[in-house]
Amino acid sequence: MEISLTVNGAQHRLRLDDPRVTLLDALRQHLGLTGTKKGCDHGQCGACTVMLDGRRMNACLSLAVMHDGDAITTIEGIGTAEALAPMQAAFIRHDGFQCGYCTPGQIVSATAMLDELRQGWPSQMSADLTAPQFTDDEIRERMSGNLCRCSCYPNIVDAIRDAAEAPA
Amino acid sequence: MRPFTYTRAATPAEAIGSAARIIAGGTNLLDLMKHQVETPDRLCDVNHVGLDRVERDGDGLRIGALVRNSDLAADDAVRTDWPLLSRAILAGASGQIRNRATTGGNLMQRTRCYYFYDIDAPCNKREPGSGCAAIGGRTRLHAILGASDQCIATYPGDMAVALSALDATVEVEGPEGRREIAATAFHRLPGTTPERDTELRPGEMILSVRLPAPLGGRQIYRKVRDRRSYAFALVSVAAAVGMKDGRMETVRLAFGSVAAKPWRAIEAEAMLAGQAPSADLFDRAADVVLAGAQGYGDNDFKIPLLRRTMRAVLAEATQETM
Amino acid sequence: MPDPIELTLRHQMNSRDERNLLDHTVQGIVGSPLDRPEGPLKVRGTATYADEDHPPGTVYGWLVRSTVGKGWVVGLNTSELRAMPGVLAVIRDDRLIRNPAQGQAGKAPYQGPAEVFYKGQPIAVVVAETMEQARDAALAARAQYDDRTDKGVFTPERASYETPPKKQATQGDLDKEMDAAAFRVDLEYTTPTMSHSAMEPHAAVAWWEDGQLKVRGSYQMLKHNVEELADALGISPKKVRILSPYVGGGFGSKLGISHEAVGAAIAAQKVGRPVAIALHRRQVYETTMRRSESRQRVRLACDRDGQLTAVGHEAWVSNLPGERFSEPVTQATPFTYRGENRLIGHHVGRLNITAAGSMRAPGEAIGVPVTEAALDELAEAAGLCPVELRLRNIPDKDPTTGKPYSGNRLADCLRRGAESFGWADRPQPGTRRDGEWLIGMGMTSAIRVNMLENSAARVTLAADGTALVETDMTDIGTGSYAILTQIAAEVLGLPMDRVTTMLGDSDLPASSGSGGSFGAASAGSSVMLAAQAVRDRLAERMGCDPGELTLKDGTAIAGNRQRQIVDLLAGDSLQGTGEIEPGTTSQDHRQACWGAQFAEVAVSSVTGEVQVRRLSAVFATGRILNPKTARSQCIGGMIFGIGQALHEEVMTDPRDGGFVNRDLAEYHIPANLDVPHIDVEFLDDRDPYANPMQAKGIGELACCGTAGAIVNAIANATGKRFHHFPVTLDKVLAKLD
Repeated sequence: MEISLTVNGAQHRLRLDDPRVTLLDALRQHLGLTGTKKGCDHGQCGACTVMLDGRRMNACLSLAVMHDGDAITTIEGIGTAEALAPMQAAFIRHDGFQCGYCTPGQIVSATAMLDELRQGWPSQMSADLTAPQFTDDEIRERMSGNLCRCSCYPNIVDAIRDAAEAPA
Repeated sequence: MRPFTYTRAATPAEAIGSAARIIAGGTNLLDLMKHQVETPDRLCDVNHVGLDRVERDGDGLRIGALVRNSDLAADDAVRTDWPLLSRAILAGASGQIRNRATTGGNLMQRTRCYYFYDIDAPCNKREPGSGCAAIGGRTRLHAILGASDQCIATYPGDMAVALSALDATVEVEGPEGRREIAATAFHRLPGTTPERDTELRPGEMILSVRLPAPLGGRQIYRKVRDRRSYAFALVSVAAAVGMKDGRMETVRLAFGSVAAKPWRAIEAEAMLAGQAPSADLFDRAADVVLAGAQGYGDNDFKIPLLRRTMRAVLAEATQETM
Repeated sequence: MPDPIELTLRHQMNSRDERNLLDHTVQGIVGSPLDRPEGPLKVRGTATYADEDHPPGTVYGWLVRSTVGKGWVVGLNTSELRAMPGVLAVIRDDRLIRNPAQGQAGKAPYQGPAEVFYKGQPIAVVVAETMEQARDAALAARAQYDDRTDKGVFTPERASYETPPKKQATQGDLDKEMDAAAFRVDLEYTTPTMSHSAMEPHAAVAWWEDGQLKVRGSYQMLKHNVEELADALGISPKKVRILSPYVGGGFGSKLGISHEAVGAAIAAQKVGRPVAIALHRRQVYETTMRRSESRQRVRLACDRDGQLTAVGHEAWVSNLPGERFSEPVTQATPFTYRGENRLIGHHVGRLNITAAGSMRAPGEAIGVPVTEAALDELAEAAGLCPVELRLRNIPDKDPTTGKPYSGNRLADCLRRGAESFGWADRPQPGTRRDGEWLIGMGMTSAIRVNMLENSAARVTLAADGTALVETDMTDIGTGSYAILTQIAAEVLGLPMDRVTTMLGDSDLPASSGSGGSFGAASAGSSVMLAAQAVRDRLAERMGCDPGELTLKDGTAIAGNRQRQIVDLLAGDSLQGTGEIEPGTTSQDHRQACWGAQFAEVAVSSVTGEVQVRRLSAVFATGRILNPKTARSQCIGGMIFGIGQALHEEVMTDPRDGGFVNRDLAEYHIPANLDVPHIDVEFLDDRDPYANPMQAKGIGELACCGTAGAIVNAIANATGKRFHHFPVTLDKVLAKLD
């Protein structure tokens, strides 16, 4: 079967002989976009976070065939070599990574997370479900789906706060 | 993951009555398929059939089966009038997973029992008649209520615990038509047929979840777990309590991760309703909930944990506001 | 381009460093909190890890696991598997390994997949055209066993323990002093099996070109890994090249060659195509390495003034039959505190569970939190402030050997840490509340031995004034790219952006590799020496003594003369090779890294849940090469300590030794919400006996103690003591009213 997948604005016709291919493996093995990482392959770490229509999701827990016609954003679609996105620059400035393996997932997740927060989505840390505040604990909770064993969490929180406060 | 054929349904009718396994968010099904715990030979993708709206339903709400967890938790009506449901959903999984996981799919979520997840271990739920490796094995996650000698697994989700407390109903449709199942009756205790998690019949599909009129009162979902976020519950408590003249008028109480289903505590509710809150009363109500509770070693602690958490949640829910 | 002029500088650490070169260079690049040079690649997802950049035609392998805990494989449904779609080979080769090589082994680990020593042990490799096909075929594998699970030893209680004579030590009479002393504690602790859980699963892609084997893998110590892989395959190390340009976390789990590389190399030979094997997360848990569980008995006694008079520390750990490594739990105990009467015991049990190996600070990571928790109990018994008890017991020389310390700043760390944390505000045990939460504070010393290993590097200063640093050193997140670039830039007087660092290729000069916190000191010193060789030649060309030369921003200055480095090069390129070797300063002096950590916790009086509210640390660990990356290493280590104190435990099934919680959903490493703000301070420090840079290890020191500070804080919050790690809520609950 053949599917149409728009990745980072570029449309791809992707021939899949096997419906078992996950979105993650399609990106990594079929399209050569290895920025999206495989840490657990079961939705337990967040290293494979991509955006579907602007919303973050784990690419490992979705089949590529389920995304025929969809538009996906991966880390390769965030910023460029010449002009890093503010979130990427903030991660470098605050040393929000060490080994770097969870980093693309963290950055994609953080980018989408800020959008969720701007839309007023609540989290389990929101004292008032109808008016979540931009606190460190809100960032921590909303980023808890992205594990980091180097444990750069405090730096990640600083980077996200910094990027959020940077002019858009 | 065994080979399968994939089809995409355009309408619910294309999925209903089909022998294919329905896939929506995929966040649990694909996880299980990669381990070959689930081995469907046909998948029917229902992500494009609609059923993705939250609508007013008289005084209540009708939640389409394909409404994503994060949309449901952020829905204005849910946040305001059924906050217990928002709280329960937000306590589960991660932002990424809630963006994909659906209302119907979450109800179909299967147990996290270590041995269910291990195709090399005996498991009556996965392979009827093969035995239960959890009994005599590691049981930190396992049931203290309603288990059987065939299976001691728990239902691990959060959303359904709130739905159970809120008296939601699950609207399903199969080849023989539509029917509604009370959320409290949707999941099954294992008995001698642990392979059947729910009352859903072959060919049936969940269309929506219906919430009755808002309960009001104070609504609390407290999830106790090994890590502060992104971990399954050891015990969770869903409570909704309305107070009048210093007495509990309406009481709803349900527990998660202690049984193969969300554990609605009807008897304890009846005992509490109409009474003035007191520590002693909460304790006696906990006695009622825990009558017949049994630990299996590692999970013995869930018995005192449920009692203590229940007492604290009730105390908080009945506290007079300043 | 003409050949470079080759220069060499070797140095063995046989005397204290007097030159202190890095304090006499002028750019201030070393010691600055610079961003990682590879950062832009990592944030864009273009840094390539092991299971990436596959050569054309790559096919996929998947390991088949043993489903019994002990026995022999006597058959496999090979022909059935061979008939499955896409399957190219089903490999049961005697060269397959039982468990990964231990760190610095330099030879193959135990080989042969027929005998099963633990559940989950790889017994075959299935190769197929696609990953999906390989995975399915591997899961369809059905082995016949001569099942001896009933003879397996799966729990420490059933193990018989060896007591290696070389690992025991006594001094004075511990028993007698324990009876006589004014205050004493005699405590038993347990720590569980833990997992490194690096975010990048072990993976390797292997291919053969003209009899040469190339492997892209995720490894920490390439010079040893080449030897291990060659030995496993029965070929010359000269025929093996390993590439690990980026390593997605190691923590010791990737010290030695592992199943994926051996399996992929054999498979690639067999199918004649490149083979990629990426371990599934479950396989990472059950077939790579674990940190051994431990049982520890600690006996401490002190006199009325709080002077320690007896220190006893005995540990029981485990490993697979035949594995030489055993977690050196008591490593810091002989030299940290006073005490004339001392007993060190070390016992190794043989278990049929996954191999035990080095995990971040093997030894101190689980030994120090335990002795520091016991000290807390002794302080309470003696009515002394825990900080004061420690301050009264810092010896002026190693109390076991009588050797001088290369430097001991423990007292400074304790005092400074207590002050900045606000230790004076510590409540009486069990008295401070915040709603349902019980609040407490605890502290620990942090101690880790300091090491230096042989390491070599090459630095080439090209005629255009740019420099290239080359070594087979790896960057597992530790900041090697950053600090090696900084060192070369500093010594050569170049801006950072004119220096490029190439790492992670076994064809480059052999370094120490990453491990034991010796990487920065060892590889860094070799880069410094290599650059110094070039610098010395520049001094010669300037006609001055090296000591009179100043290099800055591409300019050479001597007295009132100034020349561009490019002009001095005059079309030549200078290539320095630097080699550092440990020498007598490692034996003459007790070298260690020091710190003090403080924690504030909240314990739910309802559920027993524990939250860490504050963590703060002061470290004195020699020159800090890059305060930004060093701080990240420290917070990372401290967060390891949070996991160790509160969450992390591999649960094994007592019936067959299988790991039941072998994934990231159920093995709970800390998530973002578990981690509070963390303060880290470095004291200005130099250790002239450590190496010519006067720097020491960092990444491991940070986790040697944290869990102790946290359990001590829990004790302060609740008034109860906990002796079994991790302190999960069920354990707290059992002691709550």
